[in-house]
Amino acid sequence: MATDITAYEEMIKGLWRDNPVFVQVLGMCPMLAVTNSAINAVVMGLATFFVLVGSSFLVSSFKQWIPKQVRISLYIIIIATFVTVVDYSLLAMLPAIHKELGAFIPLIVANCMILGRQEAFASKHNVKYAVMDAVGMSGGFMIALFALGSVREILGVGAFFGVDLFGANFEPWVIMILPPGGFLTLGLLLLFFNWFTERRRQFLDKVAEAERVAVAGVDKNG
Amino acid sequence: MDDLLWIFISTLLVNNFVLAYFLGLCPFLGVSGQLETSFRLGLATTFVLVITALCAWVLNTYVLIYAPYLRLISFIVVIASTVQFIEMSIKKLSPSLFKSLGIFLPLITTNCAILGLAIFATNRGYGLVEGLTFALGAGAGFTLAMVLMAGIREETEINDVPALIRGTAFNLIIAGILSMAFMGFAGLFSST
Amino acid sequence: MTNTNENSKTHSARSQEPGSSRLIFSMAIAGFISGIIIISIYILTFDTIKENKARELREAVFKVLPNVSTMQKLHFSEDDSGADNKKLMVVKADGMDDEMMFAGYDQQGKFIGYAIQGKGPGFQDTIHVLFGYLSSRKNITGMEILDSRETPGLGDKIFKDMDFVGEFINLPMVKNIKAVKKGKKSKDNEIDAITGATISSKAVVRIINKAFNKWSPRLPQQGNEPVLAKTVVTKESGER
Repeated sequence: MATDITAYEEMIKGLWRDNPVFVQVLGMCPMLAVTNSAINAVVMGLATFFVLVGSSFLVSSFKQWIPKQVRISLYIIIIATFVTVVDYSLLAMLPAIHKELGAFIPLIVANCMILGRQEAFASKHNVKYAVMDAVGMSGGFMIALFALGSVREILGVGAFFGVDLFGANFEPWVIMILPPGGFLTLGLLLLFFNWFTERRRQFLDKVAEAERVAVAGVDKNG
Repeated sequence: MDDLLWIFISTLLVNNFVLAYFLGLCPFLGVSGQLETSFRLGLATTFVLVITALCAWVLNTYVLIYAPYLRLISFIVVIASTVQFIEMSIKKLSPSLFKSLGIFLPLITTNCAILGLAIFATNRGYGLVEGLTFALGAGAGFTLAMVLMAGIREETEINDVPALIRGTAFNLIIAGILSMAFMGFAGLFSST
Repeated sequence: MTNTNENSKTHSARSQEPGSSRLIFSMAIAGFISGIIIISIYILTFDTIKENKARELREAVFKVLPNVSTMQKLHFSEDDSGADNKKLMVVKADGMDDEMMFAGYDQQGKFIGYAIQGKGPGFQDTIHVLFGYLSSRKNITGMEILDSRETPGLGDKIFKDMDFVGEFINLPMVKNIKAVKKGKKSKDNEIDAITGATISSKAVVRIINKAFNKWSPRLPQQGNEPVLAKTVVTKESGER
């Protein structure tokens, strides 16, 4: 199956068509918990990127040596190792952000998206495809995190990456950076995504229909 | 005693695991279709949470003081194997209980509320009794959120909801409103 | 579950299963490698993390106790003479627990005041407060929130609203302080609560009272303050 799809396409599909958040609805807990500001969302996205790409690389490189019966445990050990590395590096380099993300860095382990990619993709494909897939999936995850974080920070604080946008007269919608704002924003973003996909499908259907009619017309005339 | 009550009520209502910490969202959004199932899943999760709190305390007190860096990896390995073990023993000891809870147990392993509980309890330096209270509160809060969500979803099942909204987006918006309602509990302990 | 059991049975019947020794071997290898990686990152980051944490705490102590240039940690525990004789001991241990407080000294090593910590329920979650106390003048010299999860934009004013924080500078602490509605302050021991965050303000006041009542009987007589030990943390070394 992988032979007829280029590695580039493997990467692109995670960004939009199979977006882990908007389409597959995976990895919800870090998604909502840390997206109360754009910078937190970016750091969380980078951490997930590192863990997913690293684990996919290892799993697909060693896939011949991983016995089927213990594969899940081995994946979890690999993922947990990467997460610990990220946890300690962040604690050393960015203590302020680590304090805000707090317990949600270790919880990357429980992000079903990462384990899911190992089981569904990395263990079955060669290194090149596995890494491209991981880059795409975590890229898509990052896009979703960033979208959510930006919306919540802009509306909830009136700032973007900590830079004030609207001046003193803007009354921030505090609810947006509180937990309910997370649920509501993601719900509305999903709604928008569904609507967009539906519109696109209808548009493509119409184009196909028009083509069919045109072809049929040509046939008749010819 | 006051502190224990505060821990319990605070995790049950004010800092509800699902609605304030976003932990355990997968089952919350995925399995909350029916009231009965949600309640049972809630009970099973509470059970595993309490066992996890116990394991986390044992690990923290006897192993991790010597090797704090092994925290994450040992938690996850212990949780996964405990759930397996519980599953096997329930199957042996009480087939009827297994019938009602058993199918949920594998699902619970991937529930981030379990790992979250272990990590939060460690971060806050809870002892054994505090940790168990914390686990009970978290489990009760999870069950409460599941049951409320399932009730609302069963109710809206027959309502006229546009097809575009149905599904996760709709559930998330319900969750948002529930979460807002739960925010009303904040300050419960401080107003006196 | 039963399904997978049956599957594995049929597999083993075909004897394609690797032996359990191989399973254990691969798990052991994975565990060993991951252990090495984790330990090396732990060792690599250990010093930086320790320094970050210590610096954060030092900065808080120097902030609540003005004119202080060195500090040391005091722990309320038994001394060598045995049990039932708890008193304040100078410790050098890392980290912090509930039975710990800090003493601040000026450049000549003369004792100035204490920095006392307290924890308690706030609006959302536990608030962790540090405040400076001058035992000679019975004054609170400043307050700093070490940790909190109060509502952003409302409850977090307990550390963002400088008027509120400023009320804890030179606050007489003869009897318990009290939070009153903004503008209603009439006595010395009253604090104007923040509008829209009354509960959080009251929580801070209550935590300070509770911590003060816990610690003040433990403080030594005036003149008997713990002497500055030889190796201490100074403001300069803190800002390295």
